[in-house]
Amino acid sequence: MKSKYLYKTSIALAMAVVWTTGTSAEETLTVVSFGGSYAKACVDGYHKSFEEETGIKIKLEDYNGGLAQVRAQVDAGAVHWDVLDTESAPLMIGCDEGVFEEVSDLELPPAPDGTPAADDFFDGMLFDCGVGTLVYATVMVYNSENVDGEPPSTVKDFFDLEKFPGRRGMRRSPSGNLAWALMADGVPSDRIYEELSTEKGLQRAFRKLDTIKEHVIWWETGAQAPQLLADGEVFMTTAWNGRIFNAQVLENQPFVIIWDGHIRDYGALAIVAGAPNLENAKKFLQHATSTRGMVGVANHISYAPVRHSGLPLVGKHATTGVDMKPHMPTFPANSKNFLWYDIEFWTDREDELIERFNSWLSR
Amino acid sequence: MTDKRSGVQRLIVPVGLVLPLIAFILVTFVIPLGSMVIQSVHDPEVAEVLPNTLNLLSEWDGTSVPSEEVFESMAQELVLSRESRTTGKVATRVNRIASGTRSVFGKTARRLERIETTELRSAMIDIDDRWKDVELWIAIREAGREYTVKHYLHAVDLERELDGGIHPVSEDQRIYNTLYLRTLFVSLAVTFFCFLIGYPIAYAIANVSDSMAKILLLIVLIPFWTSLLVRTTSWLVLLQNQGVVNDILVWLGLVNDSDRLALIHNMTGTLVAMTHVLLPFMILPLYAVMRAIPTDYMKAAASLGANPAQSFVRVYFPQSLPGISAGCLLVFILSLGYYITPALVGGTKGQLISNMIAYHIQSSLNWGLAAAISVILLTGVFICYFIFDKWVGVDKLRLS
Amino acid sequence: MDNFGWKVVRGVFVAVVVLGLCFLVLPLLVIVPLSFNAEPYFTFTEGMLRLDGEAYSLRWYRSILENPEWSKAIGNSFIIGVFATLVATVLGTLAALGLNNPRLPFRQAISALLISPMVTPVIIVAVGVFFFYSSMGLAQTHLGLILAHAMLGAPFVVITVTATLAGFDQTLMRAATSLGAGPLTAFTRIQLPLISPGVLTGALFAFIASFDEVVVVLFLGGVDQRTIPRQMWSGIREEISPTILAIATLLIVFAILLLLAVELLQRRNKLSAETSVK
Repeated sequence: MKSKYLYKTSIALAMAVVWTTGTSAEETLTVVSFGGSYAKACVDGYHKSFEEETGIKIKLEDYNGGLAQVRAQVDAGAVHWDVLDTESAPLMIGCDEGVFEEVSDLELPPAPDGTPAADDFFDGMLFDCGVGTLVYATVMVYNSENVDGEPPSTVKDFFDLEKFPGRRGMRRSPSGNLAWALMADGVPSDRIYEELSTEKGLQRAFRKLDTIKEHVIWWETGAQAPQLLADGEVFMTTAWNGRIFNAQVLENQPFVIIWDGHIRDYGALAIVAGAPNLENAKKFLQHATSTRGMVGVANHISYAPVRHSGLPLVGKHATTGVDMKPHMPTFPANSKNFLWYDIEFWTDREDELIERFNSWLSR
Repeated sequence: MTDKRSGVQRLIVPVGLVLPLIAFILVTFVIPLGSMVIQSVHDPEVAEVLPNTLNLLSEWDGTSVPSEEVFESMAQELVLSRESRTTGKVATRVNRIASGTRSVFGKTARRLERIETTELRSAMIDIDDRWKDVELWIAIREAGREYTVKHYLHAVDLERELDGGIHPVSEDQRIYNTLYLRTLFVSLAVTFFCFLIGYPIAYAIANVSDSMAKILLLIVLIPFWTSLLVRTTSWLVLLQNQGVVNDILVWLGLVNDSDRLALIHNMTGTLVAMTHVLLPFMILPLYAVMRAIPTDYMKAAASLGANPAQSFVRVYFPQSLPGISAGCLLVFILSLGYYITPALVGGTKGQLISNMIAYHIQSSLNWGLAAAISVILLTGVFICYFIFDKWVGVDKLRLS
Repeated sequence: MDNFGWKVVRGVFVAVVVLGLCFLVLPLLVIVPLSFNAEPYFTFTEGMLRLDGEAYSLRWYRSILENPEWSKAIGNSFIIGVFATLVATVLGTLAALGLNNPRLPFRQAISALLISPMVTPVIIVAVGVFFFYSSMGLAQTHLGLILAHAMLGAPFVVITVTATLAGFDQTLMRAATSLGAGPLTAFTRIQLPLISPGVLTGALFAFIASFDEVVVVLFLGGVDQRTIPRQMWSGIREEISPTILAIATLLIVFAILLLLAVELLQRRNKLSAETSVK
């Protein structure tokens, strides 16, 4: 009898242990993203359905991009983030530096029509340490209230202070600005990086920037650009297309995007090396990078899916009913002249060019 | 016996009282600063990842492409680094010396895993022809030094050329020296403005009736106690293009609505806001000294026939000098390290060296460089601090 | 110069002083009415200038209450501030008592060491703290910020308590011990009550030092450690809305309350110094 009693209790105990460890390991997942309207779009786009389908509770945190915080966690061996929403350059650098888990063998869901993921994703959107989730664009914008007569329509117009006088807003970073300076100077988009790789081309870009330098207000965070335009501090500004979409549709601002010469980059999800909830994080990546997940985001904010099966499924904005397709950077009418952000060029040269850019700014 | 014991006891009590805080300050402040100094000169990552290659490179002539043996060792260690996920640490560091080489390492490490050949030199050059560049190998050798002054060179706009000599970096890359000078200039200017505005105020508080002095002191103390962020915000609100000051100027007809003054996001913004933030630090030490100056001397000077200006210059001013030196040094030291205010209202032309430190900590992740700039700044501040201590005495600091 | 000339000089002097005081305090006063702006602008609307009731509203104060980020920031500021103040006050008061003892060796050097966190630019402190605390796993924890803020606040306690002790009559202690009180009893019954206003003043300084600190929070804190100034920092840089002005107004009121508390304590301090002389 005694042994039977012991047997029973030990089973109960074991079950309790399995049950508690099971739930504590399964239950949560910390996802870190950029906050604001984008994070909200992700919550509506795929967080909620993930929680419903798996029972895993998502803890959402905000950060300002970059690698500083995640590197501090990994170096100190005190990782409390699981999934990181990141951009192309930090993804590549972080992967080489070992702050992200390798996910290249992660099995991703096929397209709704059964096309395997490898064929459905755009080329180069599956990385060693992450999976691409969206395409966003850095664009030029003006406020139609301030324009009488012919509106600006090209990159050249942005640099033309005679035809379109007024201050310009630009991001305080060399990446887009050097490329646009060359475009405005007549370099075709497919030769921009070739030109930027030479000292002569760099000087040419800075010389072109010199012509508008005194009229530029430099912004640093994504929210500042639409703010500058709305406050009338600038006549035109560069900005991220999702932010402008929000201002146009949610705040009824009369902003107009110039799609000519926009610069395209992608966002991606990565798993932090040593993530406490590794298995949940993998499930989350599979869920979020499905066609459904990407389209879910695209129906809330104007960031385009990176699967071929995605764009045709994009529909109307979830709350205002605006047709989302024409707002997508990948919409055919918007894709006539654009430039991809060149990861290799920028990860190789960024440190040097930022220093040079800062030096130029302080002169 | 009793005497001896009480002698030791007498020492034990005060030492025991100060010891907890000393230990606390050591752990939370002194050791962190020490770790910062170490971070600025110690960079072992590359040496840890490529020990054998660096060893071989120490015998390399530095002019021709290294031998097959070096390539072999590099290939081996690169593949290993991919397993330990440290390729990027090497790439980042070499890239800081030879810009534009970061991708060589990741790319080569990835491809090498799939290659089966013994001809590694040609194989690696096939993967990326930058392996032929002598500059790349010199940069690797340079990055491999465990102890280095490269961050300090970088922090004063110098670089080590391929021939080993130290030269200034090219003109369009220079930035730090300009920023040290600008920081110095801004600190001096802010100190000067604070003195100009603060001296009369302190004089007034010290020489009016007691009840009036209390009210004036309150006006000085309210901003002193108010959050720095609040005060910076108020200047943003006042000075921006569509802000209160510009509105008033337009309303008065002094400025056209279309060309409102740019008062913020430039040097003007930095100077105005910093002067405002630091002014109480000038007024309070000045007032503390002036309050103690006896009025008898002024009266005596006046009775001896000196006019008020003479008696002020000859009698009062010299006696207020300790207050001036305390206030000026305090404001100057605090301005040297100011970060928040210039970052928020300084735009691009009003940035100081502290903004560069924050940038390298948070964005570029070049922590060694951030540490080196901090050490340079800290040295400057400590020199000022010692002058302050010798001149005024740290224990003379009063807060209220 | 004649009498009239001196009157002019005096007039100019008064004008300079008044202008200087306006420069100090007006920027803060401007924020207060603007925080009641019914429109999302940072300047006075026409309605506000006409003192039209409709142009004023409490909407920005409501938006503080409605936004969980602000309530979290307020909570964090007080949690970190209170614990940092406790640590700083206890350690700082003990150290000040030790420093006040003439038998302490190396007094000058020790007081310089203990005060040094206050005069080191906070950006440098933040860099050092970031490197060391990160390697100890204290980055993005409340504990890390509490330790750092206690370190920044301790010098204020040391300075104020030392100043109070300078006015304390040591013969009282000797009298107490000669009447048979142990040193501990003499301390808790005689010295502590008399210096307590000074200790409390130091504690308030330490609290405000933590409450106002943002650079260390920027480097070391994570999202869970956002404090009020940290939240204001991102508010100013990211989406500047008049909510910032409402928070700023509340902080001004809070600062005035703290200031009045310090004034009261000073008065008590003076009183107790006088009684101790008697």
